Amino acid sequence: MKLAVQVNEGPYQHQATDSAYHFTKAALEKGHEVFRVFFYHDGVLNGTRLTTPPQDDRNIVKRWVELAEKYDLDLVLCVAAAQRRGLVDEGEAQRNGKDATNIAPKFRISGLGQLVEAAIQADRLVVFGD
Amino acid sequence: MSDIKKFMYLNRRAPYGTIYAWESLEVVLIGAAFDQEVSLIFMDDGVFQLVKGSDTSQSDMKNFMPTYRTLGDYGVRHLYVDKASLEARGLTQEDLIEVAWEDFETEEEVDNIVEPVDADQVAQLMAESEVVFSF
Repeated sequence: MKLAVQVNEGPYQHQATDSAYHFTKAALEKGHEVFRVFFYHDGVLNGTRLTTPPQDDRNIVKRWVELAEKYDLDLVLCVAAAQRRGLVDEGEAQRNGKDATNIAPKFRISGLGQLVEAAIQADRLVVFGD
Repeated sequence: MSDIKKFMYLNRRAPYGTIYAWESLEVVLIGAAFDQEVSLIFMDDGVFQLVKGSDTSQSDMKNFMPTYRTLGDYGVRHLYVDKASLEARGLTQEDLIEVAWEDFETEEEVDNIVEPVDADQVAQLMAESEVVFSF
């Protein structure tokens, strides 16, 4: 089955992002296709490489990156949500005159159209939020 | 992209207090460019999103309520409101905004596409939808 995943909550504060990760990983391991994981609302905070959890805690950002590297997963942060919450890649830094970037590898920033397209293309859209 | 799917946006939260309502509306507006068959359901505290006369001038929040009135122009065909959620909050349809809709090709017009529905209808509408965005 071709799946699209939407993540609406930030890491650590809500289990939704853990559930989304475990679901996505399980689906890929079962041989399903995950067309895209789209991060919206505070979900965009899953994509900052500056996250530094305590050593005995799970590293949620790193987990997504490793999953994306293994399966060539498309991890997309909503641009409007990212701008509001200070998630910046090279392009955004240049456009908006910011002095730094913080996006994690394998993540990209793009528009809400990517969410709508994923919903159209996928057999199922699975939303993780509160 | 020629596929047309039935899109349902499920709105369950109050318009202010969290950003879900506003960022849901942003998806609806952007999604309009994809020409899908779109309807919205408002239930639980989400019914407050359609209450008329809101004033955010004291809270430094952008008042996005006028945007709902334009949804008909964005190709949204139905705005369903859960009756039980209205009743539980002491609201009736009289308290809600009206949203007009017009098909520019056929000139078909509907004065108000806001429609109260009961729980069975909500379940049926969700079952008929191919994509449910939940906010």
